Amino acid sequence: MHSTTLILLMGFMSIAAFYLGRSRSLAVVGGPGRGKGLHSLPGYHGYFVSIWCVLPPLALLSGWMLVEPGIITAMVVKSLPASQQELPAGELNLLINNIRNLATGDVVSAAINADFQRAADLYNEYNATSRRLLSVLVLGLAALGGALAWRRIHPDLRARNKVETVIRWALIVASSIAVFTTIGIVLSVLFEAIVFFQKVPVSEFLFGTTWSPQTAIRADQVGSSGSFGAVPLFAGTMLITAIAMIVAVPVGLMTAIFLAEYSSARVRGIAKPLLEILAGIPTVVYGFFAALTVAPWVRRVGESAGFEVASESALAAGLVMGIMIIPLVSSLTDDAINAVPSAMRDGALGLGSTRSETMTKVILPAALPGIVGGILLAVSRAIGETMIVVMAAGLAANLTANPFSAVTTVTVQIVTLLVGDQEFDSAKTLAAFALGLMLFIVTLILNIIGLYTVRKYREQYE
Amino acid sequence: MPNQMTSRARVEAGLSRRKRKEKIFRASGLLATAIGILFLGIFFSTLVAKGASAFVQTYLLLDVELTAETIAPGGELDLEYADFDGLVRTALRNNFPELSGRNDRRELNRLLSVGAGFQVRDLVVANPDLIGTTQEIWVPAASNVDMLMKGNIDATVDESLRNLSDRQIRWIDTLDQAGRVDLRLNKALFTNGDSREPELAGIRGAMMGSFFMLVVTIALAFPVGVAAAIYLEEFAPKNRWSDLVEVNINNLAAVPSIVFGLLGLAVFINWMGLPRSAPLVGGLVLALLTLPVIIIASRAAIKAVPPSIREAALGLGASKMQVVFHHVMPLAMPGMLTGAIIGMSRALGESAPLLMIGMIAFIVDVPGGFTDPATALPVQIYLWADSPERAFAERTSAAIIVLLAFLLLMNLAAVILRRRMERRW
Amino acid sequence: MVVASRKAAYHHKDGEMTETLVKKNMSASRTSAVPNYRGQQVELGRETVGNVRCANPFMVAENVNVFYGDNHAIKDVTLEIGKKEVIALIGPSGCGKSTFLRCLNRMNDSIESARVTGNISLDGGDIYDKTLDPVVLRARVGMVFQKPNPFPKSIYDNVAYGPRIHGLAGDRAELDDIVHRSLERAGLLKEVKDRLDDPGTSLSGGQQQRLCIARTIAVNPEVILMDEPCSALDPIATARIEDLMDELCEDYAIVIVTHSMQQAARVSRRVAYFHLGYLVEVDDTDKVFTNPHHKLTEDYITGRIG
Repeated sequence: MHSTTLILLMGFMSIAAFYLGRSRSLAVVGGPGRGKGLHSLPGYHGYFVSIWCVLPPLALLSGWMLVEPGIITAMVVKSLPASQQELPAGELNLLINNIRNLATGDVVSAAINADFQRAADLYNEYNATSRRLLSVLVLGLAALGGALAWRRIHPDLRARNKVETVIRWALIVASSIAVFTTIGIVLSVLFEAIVFFQKVPVSEFLFGTTWSPQTAIRADQVGSSGSFGAVPLFAGTMLITAIAMIVAVPVGLMTAIFLAEYSSARVRGIAKPLLEILAGIPTVVYGFFAALTVAPWVRRVGESAGFEVASESALAAGLVMGIMIIPLVSSLTDDAINAVPSAMRDGALGLGSTRSETMTKVILPAALPGIVGGILLAVSRAIGETMIVVMAAGLAANLTANPFSAVTTVTVQIVTLLVGDQEFDSAKTLAAFALGLMLFIVTLILNIIGLYTVRKYREQYE
Repeated sequence: MPNQMTSRARVEAGLSRRKRKEKIFRASGLLATAIGILFLGIFFSTLVAKGASAFVQTYLLLDVELTAETIAPGGELDLEYADFDGLVRTALRNNFPELSGRNDRRELNRLLSVGAGFQVRDLVVANPDLIGTTQEIWVPAASNVDMLMKGNIDATVDESLRNLSDRQIRWIDTLDQAGRVDLRLNKALFTNGDSREPELAGIRGAMMGSFFMLVVTIALAFPVGVAAAIYLEEFAPKNRWSDLVEVNINNLAAVPSIVFGLLGLAVFINWMGLPRSAPLVGGLVLALLTLPVIIIASRAAIKAVPPSIREAALGLGASKMQVVFHHVMPLAMPGMLTGAIIGMSRALGESAPLLMIGMIAFIVDVPGGFTDPATALPVQIYLWADSPERAFAERTSAAIIVLLAFLLLMNLAAVILRRRMERRW
Repeated sequence: MVVASRKAAYHHKDGEMTETLVKKNMSASRTSAVPNYRGQQVELGRETVGNVRCANPFMVAENVNVFYGDNHAIKDVTLEIGKKEVIALIGPSGCGKSTFLRCLNRMNDSIESARVTGNISLDGGDIYDKTLDPVVLRARVGMVFQKPNPFPKSIYDNVAYGPRIHGLAGDRAELDDIVHRSLERAGLLKEVKDRLDDPGTSLSGGQQQRLCIARTIAVNPEVILMDEPCSALDPIATARIEDLMDELCEDYAIVIVTHSMQQAARVSRRVAYFHLGYLVEVDDTDKVFTNPHHKLTEDYITGRIG
């Protein structure tokens, strides 16, 4: 039975269980009018039975799904000839993949022989058996759980409390998913990165100045480890981030100041939503704009001024990224200057400051921690931004500070290394995870400091 | 104390300098605001200028003889055998009886899209009665013809510098004068999947991929996000664990999206063995990505419900759980839904993590389910933006317009929801 | 009787002024019955009782009206403030005394919906004149606020702030001199002279308020406006500020808004009683407190309103 059908069936059973439980609770006290004799409302009895009918089989189902592929693969491998069982891990994986593909009728990258076909048939057979067994067990468990719960219904049963306990646990699980996501990110990136660092030393990765992972296409190639010095990527990321911040910080800051201090309510009412639109444009659209409109423009302007400009210049990507970040900077600045008590502003104005003096000499210094925190968050955003640089910054790992030349960034390399079909455990693919680890660590530090500064700053004036 | 009159004189003396500074400061603020808005203006105008033309498409009107012996030799329609392309080509050639050589014909045939034959086939399959008749049919022209009609190919430059020969341009002029060339609504854009031929490429596949993904995302992220927000706001004891969860959620909201892609690749595809390029996996990744957004918005909505409501219900003997589900949640629902819509619009525009999990493949078929290989609208934009053909640039802009229209609709819905359901306490 | 009077209405953006026709129903707005503490209706007089004029007028407000949007906050107030005199504005909460105070150095300019009509002059010059920069006005009419609001800077920089922005000191030595003398004048020098680089916020509330006074007098103003300067302070700190006011009135005219009638009695020479936006009674302090002419004033100072 297909797992979707199974889950649907369980859904129907749970609904049935609810009504059975509810009607039994009324029956045990002697009819619909006597609900007062129950400890909990009849509906809670219904939920109680329903939960017992659904939760245990659901747990079984997910556990089964988790271990099923591993067990079936192991059984299929055992049936293979001994020579094939002793293949190195990589080739064995390829073989298993091919068996699976043959079994499901996908494209196969090897000659089909009798052994191979037999293994595929076996795979299909095991799968079918497993599914049949699973269906029977799940439905049986559902019926059993529901029946047992149904029998426990009694006027004194504290059904509400039991149901609420289950809900409470469900809420706890939901709230910890965010934590598990973080753990998942750390583990998934870390494990692959560690494998990578076994192949390429950490020092070479962090301090090497040559990045050319392209040589690692074939595992048996001479010098297949390539060259994984990531310094050019870090430099490129920093160059583009710096350009973006040079655009975003002053513009965002001045925009926030203008809207908070100078503009009329009407202008503010128009300008703010427009800037929010800027924040809502998908990054891929910014990337398209950077590559097709801004980059040629930068090139034209640069060349007419006598510079040599690459068609995928760091400047074009940085400029557009800066524009993208303007709304972020301006809204965080706006929060920061709004948090400064108006008494400060009054005090400065009362002494005869002009508006600009009030702003630059009193409010901005007071709001500085909040603004700096916001800028750190903006830097983290710029470092992690992917689509704009993928589309507009290029792939050339140049170690340069020239904004007119092409550079590449950490995120661009992650995308290039992982897009397309590679062997998963080649150094090239693993390098992407090492870069991902670096990216995660750096942005995490920036985010923690930024969020902490912003929060502390807000608390100071609360 | 110095004389008050001297102080006044000094203040007056510095005044013009300070006023100038004030003006400069104000002007730079205005300039900064204008830069953002100006960019928005340039952005939208270039987008519309580039993309609007993709909503129409050049078609050629041909008198196609649906001769029975070519397409239905045994009296029955034979799709294996029938040469619809040949029919269309013959129909085109009938307009130019003076051409005879192989090369001439080949050059003439290049005016037609490879999709022209398919269109005729679909027409005949839908209506077999047409066999044996001659029909006037609008068939798609090749993308170069389309570009010429839209003015993107300059007929005055040297022949070697453009994709159409002088003769081809003459032929098109001839057809045009006969009223056989027209820009018509580009239905293919909305009904087709991706294609290598710009004139046949559409965004339906990508739109369906995005749709399936968002279904998965909302189905997971909304209930989990709301549940997490309820727990954190209403039940969680103030201790280190809840502090950790709090910090963690705020951080997660700022983690680069590409990192979520790495997570999806490592966990969902390599570890759990879910299929690559599937909307299911994309939806899972986007659910994790939007979860913090929804949690943060939902918590704000719950916080906005005044404590007096909770106290009133508790005072009547409701359990904490009943208070939350009967009173707090319904009151906070508009805010939570607004957060969910904003989260969804972020998910709809996201592309970097989808590249990691293989949703970047070239997929012609429109996906029909959660595990079919698919791509998403923003990824389609990325793919087309990378294509060298000029005609794809136009389509990219059109796809962006469609994507932005969806985002605008979603945000509009959020704004309306907020306005209509907002309560003032 | 409906009187249409052409008055100057001031728009509060950059001191720009527009003439607006202000229509008023004089009889209705000038004489209205207001409930007193027993719910009895008491007539608010059309004219302010007592004496709005003074011997040596320095700041003169004539027929001042203030609107916040549709809310008519100050109703046709006329009041003269003498040179080097301390005048106290008293009245129940929301009676408009702070609003009136803020008109005197155009602090209402920064509130978008606020609109001021009428005439206020300082030493004969119209302060709402469109050619007059509020910056210059505020250098001449300083202000001390309800809550001490030192800038998040050092004590020195707090006091030096005004002289710096206005360019009052030619060099560093002169600035030091101004800072020291202002602190001295505010009675704070002894307490802070060894820690001028500490943040202003590190001082106690009373010290902070004296710092704010020092900051104000460092600009060398002619009038000092004080908006309930002691309401956030303890009695000892309050006494120090009151002593300070006594000394300061040798050089400055001081307008103080206060909730405390005792304070008004202690520090001021004249008292103006506001009620619901009307200026009800103005006179010498001892006259008002010993023999109020208006029923509302009497109720207030005997503790029946407010």
